Amino acid sequence: MDIDTKIQIQNLNVFAKDQQILKNINISIPKNKITVILGPSGCGKTTLLKCMNRLTDLYPELKVTGNIFINNQDILQAGEDINNLRQKMGLLSQRPYPLPMNIYNNIAYGLKLTGIHKRRELNRKVVSYLQLAALWDEVKGRLREPASRLSIGQQQRLCLARGLAVNPEIILADEPTSALDPISSKSIEEQFIKLKQDYSIVLVTHIIRQARRIADHVIFMYLGEVIEEGPVSEIFDHPKMEKTKQYMSGAFN
Amino acid sequence: MKKAGKTEEKIFKVLMIVSTYFIFAVLALIIYSIFEKGIRAMSWEMITQPPSGGYYYGKGGGILNAILGSLTLAIGSTVLAFLLGLPVALFINVFLIRWKKLVSFIRFLLDLIWGIPSIVYGAFGFTVMVFLGIQTSLLAGIITVTLFILPIMIRSMDEILRTVPIGLMEASYSLGSNKSETAFRIFTRQTVSGIVTALLLSFGRAIGDAASVLFTAGYTDNLPNSLMEPVATLPLSIFFQLSSPVPAVQDRAYASALVLTLIILVVSIFSRGVGRRYHKTKINF
Repeated sequence: MDIDTKIQIQNLNVFAKDQQILKNINISIPKNKITVILGPSGCGKTTLLKCMNRLTDLYPELKVTGNIFINNQDILQAGEDINNLRQKMGLLSQRPYPLPMNIYNNIAYGLKLTGIHKRRELNRKVVSYLQLAALWDEVKGRLREPASRLSIGQQQRLCLARGLAVNPEIILADEPTSALDPISSKSIEEQFIKLKQDYSIVLVTHIIRQARRIADHVIFMYLGEVIEEGPVSEIFDHPKMEKTKQYMSGAFN
Repeated sequence: MKKAGKTEEKIFKVLMIVSTYFIFAVLALIIYSIFEKGIRAMSWEMITQPPSGGYYYGKGGGILNAILGSLTLAIGSTVLAFLLGLPVALFINVFLIRWKKLVSFIRFLLDLIWGIPSIVYGAFGFTVMVFLGIQTSLLAGIITVTLFILPIMIRSMDEILRTVPIGLMEASYSLGSNKSETAFRIFTRQTVSGIVTALLLSFGRAIGDAASVLFTAGYTDNLPNSLMEPVATLPLSIFFQLSSPVPAVQDRAYASALVLTLIILVVSIFSRGVGRRYHKTKINF
């Protein structure tokens, strides 16, 4: 495995009952970069993302074969270790799902799972992660309020802070701005650009402009296959494949 | 075509209004007759005294034995059924998520058991008691009623746990929680108001049932004082008083029914308050 590679996916196939959702995926996700998985709806982007932290386990109809190496460990082979492995990957989903507790505990829950129980340390970390997700100024006076009272954009940033609190190495984001207004979306994108210094980010999106704004590395998918992958300039300005050209010019929309 | 649709809508609207009013009228009538007859016999003595010697012939005393007995029995079995039922409901919804066919089979079984009449539970409890050589007692009553309300408890908690979005489950796992943490710390919190409703439903069934306690808890004029002694219950107390030839004692049956209704009312209002308090923490879109 290359030293700059964070995730190495080899011969990944995913089957659902009678159809194949992902076909022979071979890709590598670079370290400390924003990798964007781009493609039209229903092309298997989300499934690919869910394979990476094995949330595919929750869907009995999915059968996954192949290898996914993270730090030289094949996570598809990991048994009970999966809970620890998942902590290495923060997840941001399409809609925010705050935990059913107050704002403070949404962050503290994950901290406690990583073994931090001292009140003073919890307080300090909760504040720092809320700051990291650019949410602190908006919630500092109302940490004991239920997280569901926040606006949806704030909830998404809370979910980002919560994900960062378990000290991951990777952030998996599944169209994290699709339910948000333009200003909240911009805030999330800006956070991602800042966070890539310390984290490897995998972002699933179907928005071409979003990919162009923040991507370093682009993986273009269509109908369960990776059509093309490469640095952002290459994919956008000099795509090799006909399908990629068509998508970039808006032919699928 | 359009006209036919309009007539159809009118017919159904009238039908809905009529049946709604009809049901409310029947309910109102029941409550009115309980109040009307019950209030005549209602007295301080009625709810603070156990029956005296000639109570069932119209002499002094009250139904404190049945009030306390019913409360202990219903609370005991609701708590027991909750402790046994919550893990089952969580197990179905969190641990068995990959075994959809098994889960639907379990749900089918529970629905079947739900339909078994309570007298069958009473008879079953009695058979077991005879086999073990145990007499009618509060403990035997609690165990039988627990068995009787378990399917209701499990299925109503199960139905509310099913509404937890899979996204929340994914969020919990991606933070590194294991299955038990996801079940007991995330799922239960997310559904507190629904779980309270399940408790209330089960409590209502437990306190209102006569047949399951007839052979198992027995009946006594004494106040409940031991798990191993028989205990009186309100439904049986109503039954015995109604069977009396003395009109004054029959009125007391209605007063007892009034007490039972009020207990259920108070518990409902209380649990609604609890439910609403926690409802605020639910995700809303």
